[in-house]
Amino acid sequence: MSCLQAAVSAVEHTSVVIDTKERSRDRGVGADVSRPDGVPKVQGRFAFSSDLWADNFLWGHTLRSPHPSALISNIDIGPALAFGGVHAVLLASDVPGQLNFGLDHQDQPVLAADQVRYVGEPVALVAAEHPDIARRAAEAIVVNYEVIAPLTDSEAASEAPPMHPDGNVIRRLGIRHGDLSLTGEVVVEGSYEVGMQDQAFMGPESGMALPEEDGGVELFVSTQWLHVDRSQIAACLGLAEEQVRITLAGVGGAFGAREDLSLQVHLCLLAQHTQKPVKMVYSRDESFLGHVHRHPAKMCYRHHADRQGHLIKVEARIVLDGGAYASSSAAVIANASCFAAGPYKVLAAEVEGLAVRTNNPPCGAMRGFGAVQTCFAHEAQMDKLAAALGMDPVELRLLNALAPGDRLITGQVITGAFPVAEVIRQCAQAPSPVLPPTNDYRDLPGGSGRTTKAEDTVRGTGFAVGFKNLMFSEGFDDYSSAACRVSNGVATITCACAEVGQGFVTLAQQIARTELSVDEVILAPAQTVTSKSAGSTSASRQTWMSGGAVQAACRKVREQILSDVGAKWDVSPDGLVLRDGMVVCIDGQRQASLAQLTAEQDYEADVVFRHVPTQTLDENGQGNIHVSFACAAHRVIVDVDPDLGLVRVRDITTAQDVGRILNPTQALGQIEGGIAQGVGLALMEEIVLDDGLVRNNSFTDYVIPTTLDMPEVTIAAFIEEPEPGAPYGAKGIGEPPTISSSAAVAAAVRDATGLSLERIPIRPYDIALADH
Amino acid sequence: MSNSNSLYINPYSLRVNGANREVADSQVSESLLFVLRERLGCTGTKNACTEGECGSCVVLVDGVLTCSCLVLAATVVGREITTIEGLGIAESADEKLLDERGGLLPVQQAFVDEGAVQCGFCTPGLIVAVHDLLEANPNPSEGDVREALSGNLCRCTGYGRILAAVRSACEQMRSPL
Amino acid sequence: MTNVIVARSVDEALATLSEAPDITILAGGTDLMVEINRGLRQLNSVIALAQVPELHRWSIGEDRLMIGAGVTYTTMLNTKLAQAAPALAQAARTVGSPPIRNAGTLGGNLGTASPAGDTLPVLAALNASIVLDGPSGERCLSLEEFMVGVKRTCLAPGELIKAVEMDHLSGGQEYLKIGPRNAMVISMAGVALAVDRKAKQVRCALGAVAANIPRASEAEAWVGERINWDSGTGVDSVLAQEFGQRMAAESSPIDDHRSTAAYRRHAVGVLAARALQRVFSEGTNGYV
Repeated sequence: MSCLQAAVSAVEHTSVVIDTKERSRDRGVGADVSRPDGVPKVQGRFAFSSDLWADNFLWGHTLRSPHPSALISNIDIGPALAFGGVHAVLLASDVPGQLNFGLDHQDQPVLAADQVRYVGEPVALVAAEHPDIARRAAEAIVVNYEVIAPLTDSEAASEAPPMHPDGNVIRRLGIRHGDLSLTGEVVVEGSYEVGMQDQAFMGPESGMALPEEDGGVELFVSTQWLHVDRSQIAACLGLAEEQVRITLAGVGGAFGAREDLSLQVHLCLLAQHTQKPVKMVYSRDESFLGHVHRHPAKMCYRHHADRQGHLIKVEARIVLDGGAYASSSAAVIANASCFAAGPYKVLAAEVEGLAVRTNNPPCGAMRGFGAVQTCFAHEAQMDKLAAALGMDPVELRLLNALAPGDRLITGQVITGAFPVAEVIRQCAQAPSPVLPPTNDYRDLPGGSGRTTKAEDTVRGTGFAVGFKNLMFSEGFDDYSSAACRVSNGVATITCACAEVGQGFVTLAQQIARTELSVDEVILAPAQTVTSKSAGSTSASRQTWMSGGAVQAACRKVREQILSDVGAKWDVSPDGLVLRDGMVVCIDGQRQASLAQLTAEQDYEADVVFRHVPTQTLDENGQGNIHVSFACAAHRVIVDVDPDLGLVRVRDITTAQDVGRILNPTQALGQIEGGIAQGVGLALMEEIVLDDGLVRNNSFTDYVIPTTLDMPEVTIAAFIEEPEPGAPYGAKGIGEPPTISSSAAVAAAVRDATGLSLERIPIRPYDIALADH
Repeated sequence: MSNSNSLYINPYSLRVNGANREVADSQVSESLLFVLRERLGCTGTKNACTEGECGSCVVLVDGVLTCSCLVLAATVVGREITTIEGLGIAESADEKLLDERGGLLPVQQAFVDEGAVQCGFCTPGLIVAVHDLLEANPNPSEGDVREALSGNLCRCTGYGRILAAVRSACEQMRSPL
Repeated sequence: MTNVIVARSVDEALATLSEAPDITILAGGTDLMVEINRGLRQLNSVIALAQVPELHRWSIGEDRLMIGAGVTYTTMLNTKLAQAAPALAQAARTVGSPPIRNAGTLGGNLGTASPAGDTLPVLAALNASIVLDGPSGERCLSLEEFMVGVKRTCLAPGELIKAVEMDHLSGGQEYLKIGPRNAMVISMAGVALAVDRKAKQVRCALGAVAANIPRASEAEAWVGERINWDSGTGVDSVLAQEFGQRMAAESSPIDDHRSTAAYRRHAVGVLAARALQRVFSEGTNGYV
């Protein structure tokens, strides 16, 4: 074998096939590597965006609307200015640039000028020397409101008088697929509803802005996407983008809620006006008002099937309440509509999707992004259909499972890995856990309240499958960027990918180790001045996109090193490999230390990484609008106290389509965490609205699962079918756990109680007071 | 405003992680959480809800697990306050163990190793709470652990890796290295 | 620190209160600090009671228990008080989380006077006397007298809650509570039952289903006549169901963001029926 041929195969070996055991030794891709920020986080030394400090900084505070709908006739800031220690009180008229901001559509005022459209809408800003003074001064501002009856019914919104100059319909889209005249021999219908869930990340919105000598501003903030923040901030401040310099501060979770701006422009305005550093930290109450939520949904479905259970047609009407401003509602309704039929083959589909404005709080991105709502509905429909057919619900799903080569209801043919049937099979076949009867209240419905004994409970099992797209769709120019430098044998990766807890920092190091055979990998801070955009930490996209960018940058550096060494040794670079920190010639004769080579000269590369382009939807809602898909299945066992309507989830078993596992523990953590949010939506989490007023913006009344609400999660299988085009074949894994877990919990409660339960979260009275 | 002056109180001193720390220019209404974070630079103690619902801010006051957001700072003068930054350091019995583990307590190491940390905002509170639990009960049942940690909300992990870390820390503490 | 006073004795606290009757009284802080952190309460001066040793005392007498106002939920749960007043321990265990139970006190629960206060139905069922001390001396009030409305008490300016005395009973006791998840919840509905074998009474009180903490006296009288007090039997499911309905009828719940009146009333019925069966079956006094 010639040196050249051997080298080619060796290079391919390292780049394509990852041997997990081999890699665990060098802490590369596939290994169970610990987070690089783990130690500072367990010691309390990791700096979050609320931990910032600067000499003589001021505290910012936001005055918010108490009304869901009102005209502002007059604002008197005099009483606020009279407070000692107040340095600035700002109104809409103080915004120097564009008055509105927004992710897709700039329709949301930085500060309300003459009208407020939801409870919590920012009206004025105060900077003061103490947070308490800032708050009291803000409360002293006199705002004269002329209250208007709020529009709060999403189904009435499209016909109601416009509550925003852009009208009440944010997006209406229709999907018409196949022969719509088809009907099925078996037809089931249902109306479903999903309440407004909140991301409820633990670290409230916070950050610090510092004025810069060039008239610009430096901002340290927790966000999901530095560069989209920058363009919105610059526009509102009337600055060039380069004058807004953003550094990612430690992020205490995100889950979609940090994709829109919250306090970013406000902080910068205050810093510019006072010429002092300004810090803001939202209280928990304010945080609930200060970010977008998951869209509440109302959905009507009709499924047609033949006698054997093959899906013939799915008809659906989906109304999402977008609240007062657009945020990402247009993309969320597209997702909800495109995935309305679930991961199933269906000959025909007619879906109407509608996202509307109301005077409810604005809704936007949250983990699952539209797919969560419709999964709850289509999975309830599948169970109904199975019952109508007298078929096993799992068999019905297997019979209809989508596979590569099949078409979605948008007409798109699935080309990548998409093991829906395998996910269903593995999850359903996993042995059921042994759950002996217990008298420990902590394992029973009602928990510490001691309401329920084992004899008061009935058990139920539910099953659900869900899927969604990975990465941005509908023709969006979606890219990430990364730079790699190797110096003295140490790699430095620079990427603006927002680490929000998901573990990209670990993966970036693993990728660099695998690609460059280095041990030490430094991650530079995520900053707008040092990086181009990495895109958003959302849509399960960063492992693929920023992971892909890091991989490509590292490979470019590797090529340069091997090319230089090849020239020096007079061999083809194809005859060289990187192994154990050495450049090794395949002939076994020569080797050189990477540390030494890169001590003489730094090697650097930066790349922009894009996924394949996507199309937009045509007038029939057809088009190749997505890049890739991932699916998961969940089987849930619950014990229900039907008399009191209380539920204890006893076991959750899951199988997930992951492409390739890059870090097993982190994958497990994403899956367990995503499921917990699904359990929360199914059983307890809802922003309670009363004619546009938010009734439970606190952790006392917006309850999320505790250790006594989450059972052990059993992983039936990670289905590893590498995804073409994805780095190492790895799919994003953050969202699928949240999509079908809510649906499976609801199915289990239905199984236990025999009730139809067409709304989540399921409230105790939905069970206890139901008409049996 | 004239009435704002009366809200400020005289300087006082708190004993934090074994050291006396002067607190000046403080307002009456400031919680121990606020004073620790904003006046004494102990930002490891986290501010997630300020109503005792999340456990992110727990510290030890005279060895008792306490939500620092629910303590009026000026009322704990003379009490021994231990925060995440001081955990283990003041406890001589653990010093050898600390050295061997590069400064991390078994529970901290277990959190890192088991993947119990994601965003990490709840982590300092959980470390303090688990430390407190295992001091009192080195061999807790699963139910005891879940009950003891039910006031420490985590939004990232679904608790699975956290419970695994607690199990692992228990094992390690039974047979240290 | 003139405007933050950490009292070291009841006398010192009373002296301070008599000089400054408007001073804010701070017990465990689990309610008051929430209001302060939210800016709902302007503080000029505070008297903290957490370090008054007398308020931490408790004692178990043959017929009555005395629990100082500063006794924490953790103490109610982890000491002999838990055997002497099992329902109080059960209620304490449902309050918040361990750090909350380390801080929150019986006196604080009374001072806040929320209908959802977890110990309050137990105190009502145990015929508690609330011992107040102030400028005009000591006085003892029943819970009904003390709590005059939602978060309203008859505590006079300059007065503080010193202790609570309650019956030490030998019969079964139960506190059952409903919340929106399995731990860390505010009560949506709660029922306390305490059996007084000597007086041949089943004492019943309700939480979170009225503006106050009602004793369900009609249901008590009804069920008391139907128990075979010699054998301690007579509670079958039919009796329990009817008792539950009678208890529910004595509740007057409201709709709010936490639940509905209809559910709360229903829940009272279910909880009361279960509690009645439990207090007359063996070995259910503890938490399990």
